[in-house]
Amino acid sequence: MSLIASPPRATSPAQAPPSVGNATALVCRECGERQPLTAGYVCAECFGPLEVGYQLPALRRAVIEAGPQSMWRYAPLLPVAPEITERGGLQPGWTPLVRADRLARELGVRRLWVKDDSANPTHPFKDRVVAIALEAAERLGFGTVACASTGNLANAVAAAAARRGLRSVVFVPSDLEAGKIVTTAVYGGTLVAVNGSYDDVNRLCSEVAAEQDWGFVNVNLRPYYAEGSKTVGYEVAEQLGWRTPDAVVSPVASGSLLTKVDKAFRELAATGLVEATPYRVFGAQATGCSPVAAAFRAGHDVVRPVRPDTIAKSLAIGNPADGPYALDVVRRTGGAIGDVSDAEIVEGIRLLARTEGLFAETAGGVVVATYVKLLAQGLVDPDAETVLLNTGDGLKTLDAVAPVARPTATIDPSYAAFTATGLED
Amino acid sequence: MAVSVRIPTILRTYTDGASVVEASGDTLTTVLDDLDARFPGLRARVVDDAGALRRFVNVYVNDNDVRFSDGLATPVGDGATVSVIPAVAGG
Repeated sequence: MSLIASPPRATSPAQAPPSVGNATALVCRECGERQPLTAGYVCAECFGPLEVGYQLPALRRAVIEAGPQSMWRYAPLLPVAPEITERGGLQPGWTPLVRADRLARELGVRRLWVKDDSANPTHPFKDRVVAIALEAAERLGFGTVACASTGNLANAVAAAAARRGLRSVVFVPSDLEAGKIVTTAVYGGTLVAVNGSYDDVNRLCSEVAAEQDWGFVNVNLRPYYAEGSKTVGYEVAEQLGWRTPDAVVSPVASGSLLTKVDKAFRELAATGLVEATPYRVFGAQATGCSPVAAAFRAGHDVVRPVRPDTIAKSLAIGNPADGPYALDVVRRTGGAIGDVSDAEIVEGIRLLARTEGLFAETAGGVVVATYVKLLAQGLVDPDAETVLLNTGDGLKTLDAVAPVARPTATIDPSYAAFTATGLED
Repeated sequence: MAVSVRIPTILRTYTDGASVVEASGDTLTTVLDDLDARFPGLRARVVDDAGALRRFVNVYVNDNDVRFSDGLATPVGDGATVSVIPAVAGG
């Protein structure tokens, strides 16, 4: 009798039990109530926001360094299965940390870096959050993913859904930059333009989410989605040689990114991946939508909503969900929140482009200009090694700089015409 | 005056699962009082012990955020729609 080993049982990803890695529960940030890892986003006890809680293992730098060249190198710190990299998707993250010596010299500061998240697949940091939200959507059985967006998230959801073969329904304000409409619609999902502000769109989506069995990445999947922003912080620390910078300047729209970068730095210290050293977190807003900066200056711990009016549309959230938490982080770490005018935003974009060859969208202009202003106000230390977060690509907000980014000269194709310009050396 | 109130998912345990309920009142405060008389405990989920709107709840009267008008004193006309919506979304 011959023994024939039975073949191993095939297990397709669809049959495998859903895994959320080291995530253990959704935990209310207000009252600490714990809930299962479902599509809940609001605490049933107090309306507070839910956040993913973990049982984090001891982690070694070498294992992470040997991981994929994407945000999935930090899978053990995220609510995803360990085999996440085999599951397709856009593979965002591991974007360049650019040493900005020319910008530093111009501003008279010691050491400056730009975390350039325009290098993500659809060119904002939003690809990171969407990657985790869509993983959660599939785990929870949603065939349709949706979002309320100021544009960048719309692109990211439409593209990532296309790559994964999910249906997408994206809601945006109808007055969005033309470029962001095109770069969403091209992926073929459903795009709904709403006659209203982003806050109107957001409210509508909260109501739709309550009635439709859809996975709204920034509504009912928001606890998972928001965790993706932590990878910006992890990457900054690893790219600095496993240490946190003295200071980081983050744009503030909902306030989520700022709080998650702080969470990332704290987790890295807690897991022993970096030494716990002090850092300050700074926030940047456009004056035309600066409810968190205003609350910071007024000493308030709640944020009074505003009606946005700024060219920085990707930051134009008048009623920011994480505003109170952003204030907490900035005050705890000894940072500040500033705001800049539309003209200063344009100058911020041009300054970064001129000195470092990086073309940021308006949100990046807000960060650069706010950093310049905070320096002038003495609120940030010029000797502090500082990381500026550029969260998006200038090609999506061309209108903002088009009036001032013009040819130096327009001439006939003759050498005489060239010399007449006075451009010869 | 009769108004209709949209109830968020997490408060539907108070309304036997109903997503929209009728109520009466001429300000948001009196509408909430009326709701609380019929669905005891509901008001306390929207308004804190100090009588202010809770931090993570948004309330709209005819699609207008009451924080831009008179908060809980915001007038509610006959036939108006009041929406109670969790604030933690977006971004």
